Amino acid sequence: MTTMASRLPEPYAQGSSANLADILERVLDKGIVIAGDIRINLLDIELLTVKLRLIVASVDKAKEMGIDWWEDDPALSSGARRKELARENSELRERLAQLESGSAQREPQRSQRSQKSPKSQKES
Amino acid sequence: MTGLRYVYAVCHPLGAPLQAELTGVAGDPPRLLTHHGLIAVVSHVPERDFAEQPLRAHLEDLDWLTETARAHQGVIDALTVVTTPLPLRLGTVFRDDSGVRVMMEAREDDFRHTLDRLEGRVEWGVKVYVESEPEETGEPAEKAASGRDYLRQRRRYVRAHEDLWQQAEEFASRLHAVLSSHAEDSRLHAPQNATLSGISGQNVLNAAYLVSRHESEEFVELVDRTKDDVPGLRVELTGPWAAYSFAGEETGEGDTT
Repeated sequence: MTTMASRLPEPYAQGSSANLADILERVLDKGIVIAGDIRINLLDIELLTVKLRLIVASVDKAKEMGIDWWEDDPALSSGARRKELARENSELRERLAQLESGSAQREPQRSQRSQKSPKSQKES
Repeated sequence: MTGLRYVYAVCHPLGAPLQAELTGVAGDPPRLLTHHGLIAVVSHVPERDFAEQPLRAHLEDLDWLTETARAHQGVIDALTVVTTPLPLRLGTVFRDDSGVRVMMEAREDDFRHTLDRLEGRVEWGVKVYVESEPEETGEPAEKAASGRDYLRQRRRYVRAHEDLWQQAEEFASRLHAVLSSHAEDSRLHAPQNATLSGISGQNVLNAAYLVSRHESEEFVELVDRTKDDVPGLRVELTGPWAAYSFAGEETGEGDTT
């Protein structure tokens, strides 16, 4: 049960299960404001919350489409950033493969164009 | 001088020890720094993460921010069990202990004043959500036989929708009035965005109430009793929190500055 000294009821939705918005709302927006030796302007934190809200607003659409914005937004999650890079990588590889196979078929066109391209000098 | 000093809170000397295994921001156990009979609760944090530039960058990284916010809140929570802390905003960092002491000295009167005002009180968060859209009365299923039927159905749907919102608003302001009368002070916060909270339903009331510890049980029961008053609405209670929402300003009544 709860600690006796405080005579408080059981915590409600606290600890690890507390919703992140509840926690951020308090630790970023509320509490006593003191300018420390390390100056992060208050404006920065205000901007941050605004930014979070904007990000959050803009992904409403994504959520509708069933995308878990939290995990998958590369701007927000470093894990997602890695995944995003991997995905981009494989996409690029795929496109490269397509281009290569496509260009093999369209060889004549390509050589025509490449006459004007400075890159062709390297190739020749 | 190794590391910087991250300050969580200021409070009176603790009557009971903090839980032993508690770790704070950057994995450092919170330490108590006494000055003029007040205590600052601090962690030693590395410059590579908490100097100005890296801290600024970290604040934009939601993973880091989440972890740090939870660690900060974890320490405040532990303090709330044994005392009445004045929680500082996340990211209050000083070069060394003497920087913290200088700050405490400069703000000493404020701190004592606010500590007196909040002594023995905690904050409860109450939110009301509109849980669901009204049932669509089979709108898509039963095909409208005519244009007029369609309009009639549509009107019924829109009206049900408006009713629910109006009900929600009335319920929320009624609840707020009742809870305010059982609290010493209250604050209305902006409704939370469902995406950030990850909670279903539209948040229509997001309020904080300052309640003394010995009246908290009653307050919780009061909230509990309202829970099922209106179908389609959900009441959510969080807490007890340290008095975050009431630590900043002098008083809610007569905001005349």
